[in-house]
Amino acid sequence: MRNRAATRLLSELSVPGRRAAVMPPCDVPPRPLDELLPAAHRAAQPPALPELSEADVVRHFVNLSTLNMSVDTHFYPLGSCTMKYNPKRHERWARLPGLVDVHPYQCGDDVQGLWQILFELQQMLGEIAGLPAVSLQPAAGAQGELTALLVAAAYFRDLGQQRTRVVFPASAHGTNPASAALAGFETVQLPNSSNGLVDVSALRQVLDDRVAVFMITNPNTLGLFEPQIAEISRMVHAAGGLVYIDGANMNAILGITRPGDFGGDMMHFNVHKTFTGPHGAGGPGAGPIAVRADLGDYLPGPIVARDAEGYRLATPSKSIGRVRAHFGNVGILLRGYFYLRTLGAAGLRAVSEQAILNANYLQALLSDVLPSASGERCMHEFVATAQRLQRERGISAMDLAKRLLDYGFHAPTVYFPLVVPEAVMVEPTETESRATLEAFAEAVHRIVDEPVELVKEAPHTLPVSRPNEVQAARQPVCRWTQS
Amino acid sequence: MTYLFNTPDDERAMLARIGATSIEDLLAPIPADLRLDRPLRLPPPLTELELEAELRQLASRNAGVSRRTCFLGGGAYDHFIPSVVDEIAARGEFYTAYTPYQAEASQGSLQAFFEYQSLICELTGLDVANASLYDGASAVAEAVLMAERATERAGRVIVSAGVHPEAVQTLKTYLARWGARVVTAPLRDGITDLDFVRGQVDAQTLAVVVQQPNFLGCLEDVSACSGLAHSQGALSIAVFDPLSLGLLKRPGDCGVDIAVAEGQSLGIPLQYGGPYLGVLACRMEFVRKMPGRLIGQTVDRRGQRCFVLNLQTREQHIRREKATSNICTNQGLLALRATAYLALMGPHGLREVAELCCRKAHYAAEQLAAVAGLERLARQPFFKEFAVRCPQGVERALVAARRAGLDVGPQLARFPRLTGIPAADQEQGLLVAVTECRSKAEIDRLAEALRP
Repeated sequence: MRNRAATRLLSELSVPGRRAAVMPPCDVPPRPLDELLPAAHRAAQPPALPELSEADVVRHFVNLSTLNMSVDTHFYPLGSCTMKYNPKRHERWARLPGLVDVHPYQCGDDVQGLWQILFELQQMLGEIAGLPAVSLQPAAGAQGELTALLVAAAYFRDLGQQRTRVVFPASAHGTNPASAALAGFETVQLPNSSNGLVDVSALRQVLDDRVAVFMITNPNTLGLFEPQIAEISRMVHAAGGLVYIDGANMNAILGITRPGDFGGDMMHFNVHKTFTGPHGAGGPGAGPIAVRADLGDYLPGPIVARDAEGYRLATPSKSIGRVRAHFGNVGILLRGYFYLRTLGAAGLRAVSEQAILNANYLQALLSDVLPSASGERCMHEFVATAQRLQRERGISAMDLAKRLLDYGFHAPTVYFPLVVPEAVMVEPTETESRATLEAFAEAVHRIVDEPVELVKEAPHTLPVSRPNEVQAARQPVCRWTQS
Repeated sequence: MTYLFNTPDDERAMLARIGATSIEDLLAPIPADLRLDRPLRLPPPLTELELEAELRQLASRNAGVSRRTCFLGGGAYDHFIPSVVDEIAARGEFYTAYTPYQAEASQGSLQAFFEYQSLICELTGLDVANASLYDGASAVAEAVLMAERATERAGRVIVSAGVHPEAVQTLKTYLARWGARVVTAPLRDGITDLDFVRGQVDAQTLAVVVQQPNFLGCLEDVSACSGLAHSQGALSIAVFDPLSLGLLKRPGDCGVDIAVAEGQSLGIPLQYGGPYLGVLACRMEFVRKMPGRLIGQTVDRRGQRCFVLNLQTREQHIRREKATSNICTNQGLLALRATAYLALMGPHGLREVAELCCRKAHYAAEQLAAVAGLERLARQPFFKEFAVRCPQGVERALVAARRAGLDVGPQLARFPRLTGIPAADQEQGLLVAVTECRSKAEIDRLAEALRP
């Protein structure tokens, strides 16, 4: 049960002289610190961290945890984020000695089992992508995008081509243009299309010998499979460009179709989404990329290779270099491996089929009050619009989101994609029951009939309600200070 | 089926409500000629019982720090992790939530990250910290990009050869499309050659980057580097070891403008290199140039204190190609671990850990010199890590240590050329890291094992 009084900060709980961790006595011969470290390098006193007992710390964080909604406690249909159930077995296995306690510079003979896992994961991801060359290094999807765009840049440099542009639809995740800019490309956004799909004629107009990469999420951020994806890929390839598939929505197509089969040259996976990472209150993720065989020479190193003597690390011949230290977010990659080994081919396909079934069912249940933006059947998620609700009742997508919290549901993603007004983006995932989906739909139906004042001031039952974000930004307070 | 709910009856009822005849009907938008016409080639599924047996077997083929004695360093260290840290990070309410977009449903995460930022500010002596980046190496790259935005200079960045080589490689990858603008400042007797920096820094230099302690473990004169950077209006960027700040001067007290770190030493398991924690803190004047998420304090409609994602207009989901970074998913759960770790340590615990590391490392350096005849590569003050020269050959030393169940390194030869280190020293050089976890007996065993 929630302790409503427990929101003081660590520094406010601090009592001078309290201790939690105590270190053992020093067992090497004592020497004055002055002989070891010149005074010029030393601080007069240690940093003014809070002073707490162990029980203070435990109670503080456990109470804080109860202020969160999470997949373990609530339905969390946050569109584009694939908030599926996170298997507990993964947590136990990731902590096995031999996996959790291996130093990144440990001798290769002592990590053969781990390298085998990582090698097999590279192969499994290559198979799921239909793109055989895999780097597990990127720490998250956005870093995977950056890495792949740098691979593309190196590839075109070797071809002697000056390609300076990256093109993406208006419905793209914000990371796509941000990654393109970071990789040094000019960004070209295609105009909105009326049906939520890529405007093929607009794409045709921008395709020329300046275009390096076309980035596309498929299924797209409206939850629709791009029916013209093969034609789009052909057009990009004909213009000499590469097709990048943002893999955020892989949960819809596992074992049904593969990015490499519909024309993708490069893609990233979000292991924390599709392969149930978990999400860690914002991270860590893992964003491995899979690319066409001939682009594999440019991948960051190290990757795991196998030869007669066993597994070893290798760096591809024309590697773009590293995007981080060490191998990658191994702890998350392991969980992805556990998941794939648990489900197998038939299980993965069932994941996508059930995700699609759940999304379409919920879309149908809500269609009278929250019509879908596209009017089509969806894949694993759908984008509805609260435009009519806003117009007729004065209830915005944000109001609806906040009021859903009172009913015990985490809100869907709202106001994304930017191309849909009053967007409500719902991704139920496959790990929810029909009963949960019906309860959610019932809550939405009740909310649309509630007094508008009640909804506009929601949530009413949570510890806080409608934080003043404008004030937070105007005079940023980003740390505790003694008042 | 594992993790699925719908029964055949559910499925029929749901399809009827949708108006579809079958699941296959729902897949119709995927053109038939693009479908995979065979099952994925993956290993067969395994139950929890079966897979656990296989994984235990695979894990047993690895020998981590719980089976071997770890003197390995180079940016990842075998520090002690109090059980409370694991307990807190294992709360499903934390680790199965995501980015706190809905502030009302995420006050637990938001307050924890606000506290993380607060403690990192105390630790670094700087004004504002973000809510995490991927790791220490990518944090160096983000700090340099941030310095470019803050100074609006198009010049060069001077990077000490004492910065972790993998961080330098990462920086060069991030900067690749702007051409080679990284100037490497060589080491002289193990620390950054300040005369070189003085000669190179100019009115177009955007930043000077040093690491404290540096890659060889030596202590740099960070204040002098900051002074040289500031003399030409460039920013001072320092890469620090969070645990060292139990003893060493804070970056903010050495004139540093942007401090970054690999936060692994703050209660994060080794797990073969990640996930770790990228720490970034800076002076308040640069707050709007920062990459990544930032948590801010505000009040709600009832006037209660609460926390929100702040200054989101810097971020990719709003600013898109003009964002200060492309980062979206960060390392939240690791920031939570670091917060719990620092809260458990407090000022005195942190001081004790730092002192133990420092004393044991110095004892190890003495013993390696006295017993094994291994001289330090540079005679500079150090904290918990140092580099030694192995005149009999580094491979022989590694084999001898391994035979005794001891891991030491990494060897310097595995990294690109460290500017300012004699080639023979890099060829025969070995890092030795000593944390609070190592006992006198283990150190003595290491010295004995390396005796020629």
